[in-house]
Amino acid sequence: MDVQTSQAPETVEAAPPPKAEILEICAEYGNDRHRMMDILHTVQNRYRWIAPETMEAIAEATDLSRIQVEGVASFYSFFSLKPKGRVTIRLCDDIIDRFHGLDAVVAEFERALGIKMGQTSRDGAFSLEFTPCIGMSDQAPAAMINDVVITKLTREKARDVANALRAGETPEKIAVPGFSPSSAHERANRMVNSNIRHAGEVLLGPVPQNAGLTKAVSITPTQIITTMEESGLRGCGGAGFVTGRKWRFAAGGEAERRFVICNADEGEPGTFKDRVLLTERPHLLIEGMTVAARAVGAREGIIYLRGEYEYLRPLLEEVLDERRAAGLLGTEIMGVRNFHFDIRIQLGAGAYVCGEEGALISSCEGLPGEPKTRPPFPVQRGYLGYPTVVNNVETFCHAARILDKGAKWFFDMGKEGSHGTKLFSVSGDCLNPGIYELPYGHSIWELLSIVGGEDAAAVQVGGPSGTMIGRDSFSRKLTFDDLATGGAIIIFNGSRNILEIVEYYMSFFVHESCGYCTPCRVGNVFLQKAIAKFRKGLANPEDIEYLRDLSSTIIETSRCGLGITSPNPVLTTLKSFPLIYSTMTKPTKDGIRDTFDIQAAIDGARKIAKRRSYIFDKDFSQ
Amino acid sequence: MPELRKARIATASLAGCFGCHMAILDIDERLIGLMGLVEFDRSPVNDIKKFTKRCDIGIIEGGCCNEENVHVLQDFRRNCDVLIALGQCAIMGGLPAMRNAVMHSENPLLECLEEAYISGRFIRNTTHQIPNDPALPLVLDKVYPLSEVVKIDYNIPGCAPTGDVIYSTLASLLAGKFRGFERELIKFD
Repeated sequence: MDVQTSQAPETVEAAPPPKAEILEICAEYGNDRHRMMDILHTVQNRYRWIAPETMEAIAEATDLSRIQVEGVASFYSFFSLKPKGRVTIRLCDDIIDRFHGLDAVVAEFERALGIKMGQTSRDGAFSLEFTPCIGMSDQAPAAMINDVVITKLTREKARDVANALRAGETPEKIAVPGFSPSSAHERANRMVNSNIRHAGEVLLGPVPQNAGLTKAVSITPTQIITTMEESGLRGCGGAGFVTGRKWRFAAGGEAERRFVICNADEGEPGTFKDRVLLTERPHLLIEGMTVAARAVGAREGIIYLRGEYEYLRPLLEEVLDERRAAGLLGTEIMGVRNFHFDIRIQLGAGAYVCGEEGALISSCEGLPGEPKTRPPFPVQRGYLGYPTVVNNVETFCHAARILDKGAKWFFDMGKEGSHGTKLFSVSGDCLNPGIYELPYGHSIWELLSIVGGEDAAAVQVGGPSGTMIGRDSFSRKLTFDDLATGGAIIIFNGSRNILEIVEYYMSFFVHESCGYCTPCRVGNVFLQKAIAKFRKGLANPEDIEYLRDLSSTIIETSRCGLGITSPNPVLTTLKSFPLIYSTMTKPTKDGIRDTFDIQAAIDGARKIAKRRSYIFDKDFSQ
Repeated sequence: MPELRKARIATASLAGCFGCHMAILDIDERLIGLMGLVEFDRSPVNDIKKFTKRCDIGIIEGGCCNEENVHVLQDFRRNCDVLIALGQCAIMGGLPAMRNAVMHSENPLLECLEEAYISGRFIRNTTHQIPNDPALPLVLDKVYPLSEVVKIDYNIPGCAPTGDVIYSTLASLLAGKFRGFERELIKFD
């Protein structure tokens, strides 16, 4: 599928925004270079681009060099150095969307708006582009229109949306039609369905308000940490680090300031559990963060919300305000002296790598989202150099519940080494895609029968950076020791092309590599090219060894989780579906590569020289 | 015991600077011992232009920048049991591959040729034309490393590779004992 290569956008004339206004925006954020993301977001939203002159002005206000500002502005895909349309439509280009009719939606938008993907209309009204998974895999194909989300697109719906936009309707009205919603929660729910298919005991069942926090203020911080350790809670973002231990590290040692950061940047394709928690359990999340703040002695917190979930920001702001008004955030929380904690929301801007905690911290600091070298770990030196706890949304929610119900209650659920429940984001070829809260330890077969996907041919556990398994491995269990996952379960039936999926996932990693480590930046491109070669039937048997060899180089020599897991689509399918690769290979004839096309290679020179080849044009004789 | 026949070696320089061939001479006095084991077939060393027999080892310097390079390389692959890429140009394209960086152009090849022969600031080309004698082979769209055109058995790295690494590779290949490079020989920092 060639849709990702878009043509060069037509240039749209636009004057740079007035410098005074830019300086005003910078002043709003205290000319603080650490708030670069917010400054750039505001500029981008207001003027639809970040002009060279704008970068000069921001650099002047924040006392940075222009190139430092440009380094940030050019890193994130939601910031644009060229003028974008007043309405930017970003179609989610995940493999699930492709399998659910993205082609027709693309064609319809292109036709209705009169521009191609990657272009901006000449009058500066519309931009059309692709973006990787926006966390709507259970209702694909989906699209972002400025900061709102539209799901379950069809050709007809795409046409209606495009026509409404052309008629001057606001994206907000299109995403939430009818009467204006009575609350931010209703607005979010009318825009995006939460699709809760199975509510478990911990998170999605009935949850009493602030019971965990009430408990937390009645015991000492050390007791909170001990409770966490006894509960066996492990991080739910994918890596599975023991939460209690993380908090203990962060609480130890002397420090002037400490921070609690919530990682709400679930960029792993096929994951959308945090979206549902943010929509349905925002109080529980903030309660959990407040508990963590008490445990480690933090006064400041940040929710790092992925740019794709900007539509949830009003909801979260509303909840934060409510809690401040109720004395659950701010100074002397619940009347406890010396217990102060408040939270700000940091919006991301479309970079998968910012889900890695080091990169996330860099981004909060107003830097390009590049991972940091470890050690020191964030619990020793994190945000602005202070001890920082970074946990996933789900982890914080669990933490609040554990304090309420006790460590043993949580520990008794699940399996040895994997305690409690887990949210699974199920998408792809099944009857009921959506969110399932289940205790750890179910087999894939059991999960498939719950979601109605028994005819699955392959299941991608944990998204592209996880594991793809075939039917012979469906008895494996969803635990940290067997099939570890951040929650994404993507189901593919027998009609799907495994190599197409692998090639797509590699293109995803190529796009999302931050570029710091060469083996990741370049190696993933080579892997993607090699898979393309397999798909064309041009691979040699020894290319299978090349895939393994290159993968292990990338894994060994990359410094963050992205590079370490990026070859997984290749490696796990090689393991689960070896015959798919071997059927696509054939040995080279006399060692001459079939992939090298001499006719294509000399065609340009033939045209320039206006003569044919003595060597390779067979019918040519002197 | 019958005397072993000498191993036949062929060499060629494609899009290279001939430096790698010169580096073969850095084997120094060990060359005398080595020559007792091998004889040269097609090579610029003895100016034999065509293969006279099938060879055991082919050594190629330089990448492929024109159609003749491709032709020669394919000829080597068909006539040699073991094919060695000698030096960085052969392995990765090297210096000539700098022209691959001209890519954001409607016609990168034409842009390259024009700058090289017509528009470059320091060009003295009284004809003001891009050379186009019929005897000149057609230039490829970009410079290709050898391994993209044919299967390569061994890569000897370096620019140019040292006499030591060339000698130890050839000597151990001839003895049937090549097991990869000594780290010290290919460590450049």
